[in-house]
Amino acid sequence: MNFFNIINQLSEVDPDVMGRLDTRRSVFSSLNTVSKRAALASAPAFLAAFFSKAYAGTTAGDPKEVFNYALTLEYLEEDFYKKMVASPFFATASAAAQGAIRQILKHEAAHVSLLKTVITTIGGTPIAPVTFKTATFATLTSFAKQLEVAQLLEDTGVRAYKGRAGDLLGIPDVNITGVGMVNPLQAALQIHSVEARHAAHIRYMRGQTPWISGDGDLDGQPHYKGAIPESTTTQSNVDITKLGTGYSAKDAQASFDEILTKAEVLDNSRAGGLVGA
Amino acid sequence: MSDNLQPRGTEESTLAQPLSTPIKRRSFFMYAGATAGASALVLAGCSDDNDDNSPALPKGNSTTANGSISLGSGDVGVLNFAYALEQLEADFYAKVAALPNGATLLSATEFDYFKQVAKHEAIHRDFFKAALDRDAAGQTLRGLTPIYPAATFTSRANILGTAKTFEDLGVSAYNGAGKLLKTPAYLVLAGQIVSVEARHAAYVRDLVENGSFAADDVVNSLGLDVARTPAEVLTAAQAFITEKLDGSSIGVN
Repeated sequence: MNFFNIINQLSEVDPDVMGRLDTRRSVFSSLNTVSKRAALASAPAFLAAFFSKAYAGTTAGDPKEVFNYALTLEYLEEDFYKKMVASPFFATASAAAQGAIRQILKHEAAHVSLLKTVITTIGGTPIAPVTFKTATFATLTSFAKQLEVAQLLEDTGVRAYKGRAGDLLGIPDVNITGVGMVNPLQAALQIHSVEARHAAHIRYMRGQTPWISGDGDLDGQPHYKGAIPESTTTQSNVDITKLGTGYSAKDAQASFDEILTKAEVLDNSRAGGLVGA
Repeated sequence: MSDNLQPRGTEESTLAQPLSTPIKRRSFFMYAGATAGASALVLAGCSDDNDDNSPALPKGNSTTANGSISLGSGDVGVLNFAYALEQLEADFYAKVAALPNGATLLSATEFDYFKQVAKHEAIHRDFFKAALDRDAAGQTLRGLTPIYPAATFTSRANILGTAKTFEDLGVSAYNGAGKLLKTPAYLVLAGQIVSVEARHAAYVRDLVENGSFAADDVVNSLGLDVARTPAEVLTAAQAFITEKLDGSSIGVN
C-alpha cells in the first residue's frame, strides 16, 4: 500500500493533479504527519472524501445546479399540464388528445420526483416548486391555445437539456434508493428524449411537422431563436447543405435540434416569463 | 474491500481494469467521490507494477481476428457506432422514399414526411462520415450493406413496424452511449441528433397507433426513455447488416 503510488498514477491521467492538491491545502493539511497519512490513507472512506474534494467543481457545471435547473423546468411543465387538465377547455378536446396530455403529465410528474431524488442523493437540496403563472394561463382561452404553449414548453425543454448535458459528463453513478445505480448523464438523456417525444406529438396534434422545419406557425417565437437558433445549418463547422449531393436548408435545420443556454431558457421571453404565482 | 467492487452494468470492465493496469483518465473520473472507486485506487496503490500491459486498442474500421469490422475505441468507437446506425436508418428510409407506390402504401402526407425523415437520416449519416474523416482520419467505418426481411417494403404495416424498431433502437442507442463519450462537443452533437430521432420515433409510433408516441413500453415509471448498451444495440441491429460489427471497445481508452 503506497499512498503516493496512487498520486503518481493520477498524475499520469491528470497532469494537474498535484496542482489540484496544492490548491486545496485544507484537504491536504490533514496529512501533515507521516503517521496521519498512513492511518488515513488506509481508509477508503477517507480517500473517497479526499478525491471528491480535490476534484469538486472540475467539471464545467455543478450537477446539483444542473439538476435543479432541470427540476425548475419540470415543475413548470408539470404545473402547466395540471392546469390544462383542470381547465374547463379540457373537456372540449378529443379523448385521444386528453389521453396524450394525461400521459405527458404523468411523465413530467415522474421527472419531478426522480430529479428531486437525484438531487438529494448527490448532496443537494431540491428547489421549492415553481408554478405556471395563473394570470398567463387564464389568457389561454381554448385547448388549442394551451397546446401552443405546450409546444413551446416542450421544445424549450428539449433545447434546455441538451444545453447542459456536457456539464454532466464524467459524473459518477449514484445509488438511488429503490431504483439502483443511475448514471446522472444517462438519466438526463433519457428524460431529454422523452421531452422530444412529447414535443413531436404536440406538434403533430397541432398539424405541424413533428420536427422543427422552420416553416411552423410558432417558429418565429423566441423559443426557437437564441445565440444558436433552430435555423442553423452548420454543425461542428460542417455546412450541412453541402454534404453529399447537397441538402435543402429546411432539411439541414430539421435534422439537428439546437441548444438553449440556461440564461436563454430563463429569460422572460421564454420559460422564465411563464414562472410565477 | 472487494465488496465495494460490485459490477455496475456496463462499467464492469472499466471498474476491474485499474486493478491490473494503470488508471485511464475516464475511469478515474468515474471514481472521484465514490467509495468503491477509492477502494480500487487503494488496490492500485498497492501495486508496484507500473508497466503498461494493456493491449493496443483496435482502430476504427480495422478487421478483428475473427473477421469482424471493429468500430474502434474511445470516442471514435462511439462515433462509428452512431455512423453505423445512421447508415442503416438512411438506407431504410431511402428505399421507402424510392417506392413508386409509396404514396399509396402510406398516405400522401405520410409519404412526404417519410421523405423528409429520409433526408434527416442521410444528413446524419453524411455528417458522421465528415466528422470522422476530419477528426479520426483513416478510422471511418466503411459503407455497410443493409439487409431486410423479404416483405419489409411491401405494406404500410411492415414499413411502419420497421421504422418504429429502428427509431426506438436509435434513441436507446444514443441514450446509452452518451456517457461513453469523453469530448463534450461530441456529446452535444449526439444530443442534437437524438432528439430528432426521438421526434421521428414519436411520429412513427403515432402512425402505428395514435397516442403511442411515448407509451409505457418505451417510457418507464420513472419517466425515462429506453437506454441500451452498444452491445445490446448491435445485437439488435446486426440482423439488418451484412457485415459483422465488433463494438467491444466502444468508449474504451
